[in-house]
Amino acid sequence: MPTVAARPRLRVGIVKMASCDGCQLTLLDLEDELLPLAERFEIVEFPEASSVRSAGPYDVLLVEGSISTPDQATEIVELRKQAKRLVTIGACANHGGIQALRNWSDHDAFRAAVYAHPEYVASLAQSVPVSELVTVDAELNGCPISPDQLRELLVSVSVGRRPQIREESVCLACKRRSVVCVMVSQGIPCLGPVTQSGCGALCPRFGRGCYGCYGPKEQANAVSLARAFAWTGRQDAEVARLFAGFTGWSGTFRSVAAAYGGPPGVIPYAVPAEPKGGPDDARD
Amino acid sequence: MHGTDGISTAPAPVAGREFKVDYITRVEGEGSLVLRVQDGQVAEARLKIFEAPRYFERLVVGRTGDEVIDIVARICGICPIAYQMTATHAFEDLYGVEVAPAVRALRRLLYCGEYIQSHALHVFMLHAPDFLGYPSVLAMAGDHRPVVEQGLAIKRLGNRLISTLGGRSVHPISVRVGGFSRAPRRGDLDGVRADLDEAVEMARATVALVASWDPPQFNHAQPLVALRHPREYPYNDGRIVSTDGIDLAPGAWSEAFEEHHVEGSNALHARTRDGRAYQLGPTARIALDADQLHPIAAEALAATGLADEIRTNVHRSIVARAVELLGACADARDLIDGYREPSAPRAPWTPRAGVAAWSTEAPRGLLHHRYEVDDDGHVTAAQIVPPTSQNQEAIEADLAAFAPSVLDLPHAEATHRLEMLVRAYDPCISCATHFLDLRIVGPGRGWALR
Ligand code: SF4
Ligand code: SF4
Repeated sequence: MPTVAARPRLRVGIVKMASCDGCQLTLLDLEDELLPLAERFEIVEFPEASSVRSAGPYDVLLVEGSISTPDQATEIVELRKQAKRLVTIGACANHGGIQALRNWSDHDAFRAAVYAHPEYVASLAQSVPVSELVTVDAELNGCPISPDQLRELLVSVSVGRRPQIREESVCLACKRRSVVCVMVSQGIPCLGPVTQSGCGALCPRFGRGCYGCYGPKEQANAVSLARAFAWTGRQDAEVARLFAGFTGWSGTFRSVAAAYGGPPGVIPYAVPAEPKGGPDDARD
Repeated sequence: MHGTDGISTAPAPVAGREFKVDYITRVEGEGSLVLRVQDGQVAEARLKIFEAPRYFERLVVGRTGDEVIDIVARICGICPIAYQMTATHAFEDLYGVEVAPAVRALRRLLYCGEYIQSHALHVFMLHAPDFLGYPSVLAMAGDHRPVVEQGLAIKRLGNRLISTLGGRSVHPISVRVGGFSRAPRRGDLDGVRADLDEAVEMARATVALVASWDPPQFNHAQPLVALRHPREYPYNDGRIVSTDGIDLAPGAWSEAFEEHHVEGSNALHARTRDGRAYQLGPTARIALDADQLHPIAAEALAATGLADEIRTNVHRSIVARAVELLGACADARDLIDGYREPSAPRAPWTPRAGVAAWSTEAPRGLLHHRYEVDDDGHVTAAQIVPPTSQNQEAIEADLAAFAPSVLDLPHAEATHRLEMLVRAYDPCISCATHFLDLRIVGPGRGWALR
């Protein structure tokens, strides 16, 4: 890594909303780079790893997790004011995460299904991406994010250039690595053609189909892929459950899931609610 | 709330002391602790959980066993394998799947990887700064670089082991009901195997090192609960046993324990059915499974002379964790040496209706899952009981027992000691390093710290 000794150290914060901590753990998992990184960045807020705290300002703020409680909705707005650059990390922050599955259901009923005293629990009706509340300067995809992409992001901000992150589908990553297609060879349904890569086609390399954890690739033709699954004899419900996964609340995946009947286990809204599933013409 | 550690100078409302601790649970995240002292007596010690609820028990409804494995992993980025393993075993138990011995060995190996990375993370990066007097591992690295680098090296090995078997270290992707989507070739394990020799030596030195650190004095025995297996350290498998005579199948957790929803908490607390707190985790396992520790780890534990103190002073959990770290490195080495590639990575199965229930030993303690499943193999109801929610009441009991010994200390030191006690449970990574709100209020002592 180039030396940046002459520059002042950038003030970095790492915070979490609704999440599993796996994306921030990826930072601690950069074991080889961790100590050198700590020398070039001043980590001023990282409650996962340090008792030193700061409410800002930050040169760079990494945000993990979706916005899913009233407090988080207030807090993210405050944090945005303190951050020169705000980068969301992971499927929760970028797409609402697996917890956004609740967005399809009646929230009160959902809450009551888990907690004996739902009135003790403060949560918003929907788990939403950070970008629904504030401007986001950059996103790292994945559930969890890729260590390589995180490293590239940190290096690029430290030298003041744009991160170089390859935009391609999991499908292309498979081709480049000469991985035998799991759909063609084994008939396993795979979201690889419509999913953003960054994982190096991990699931196909391990003999299973991609479940879309890096989120839809831009301009992905998810509608055709869904139709292809349906043609090969998959039930609608199977198509819906595949798209309604870790990034299932994101635009394209959400409309396909809606068009095929929505995810399993939905508790319908008590009152006839506004449509929650996105456009219903996604099948045509 | 992030980044709010400003000192507040609110005037004293009552003649008492209130300790407030930000803390975590359920999905391992954010929470707080309130400890009120009235006339020198602990009037209340309670954990309040404000980690955003994510409703996992409802998210898995309608899903198949394989989907459940992927979903429940996301409860915790630090111990996803514990969640994946518990779910897998639960469904296999219901479906009557016999997995090949090589697959069973691979699962133990994968679990060893999780113990190595999770315990190395806690021992070196989260807990050690308490003993050496630093706010973080990064600050500690300035003066103790060799120790930190050793910790990072061990942690990296754990992560590599997980990635080799599961593709990536956080939320690995190969675990399936019946086995793995792909089993490693013998040669895939060579690199990790070569590094394990050094890791064993580093972990052995770690046990001696952390045993030499003086903990706060504390003597408080609690009932201990862990899995116990007659022939091995109980990562994936065993019966639920306790220091006071519980002995149950791994799926029968609810015969002895139950959950309660407590006000002010987004987590459910677990108690024994007769209403008592109990403690899980390395302390409990070391106490109940000492004879199943790898001989190298057993020897290192004996050399510390702390086997008894570990049971009654939770601050010594760092020693228990280091012993398990060593045991996991040594077990992993043996498992790799004995590994033969299975003829098929995954056994076939057909779903059937019923209850799928199992428990395994997550790094933080016993983790229980219970799924009601229909004829198509779709979940209709789920119960997931993480170790941290089971430890909650034990933490509260320990805080209440420990608080009197710190009340006369200077404020900052008292704060640190209480915070350290909670951290000794390894409750969660995200807030476990900074969660204490200590407010001591009363005539002449009208100050507060957030
Ligand atoms: S995106 Fe995935 S890995 Fe990252 S915090 Fe959310 S659940 Fe965890
Ligand atoms: S192949 Fe798909 S599901 Fe698997 S890690 Fe990559 S993006 Fe995620």
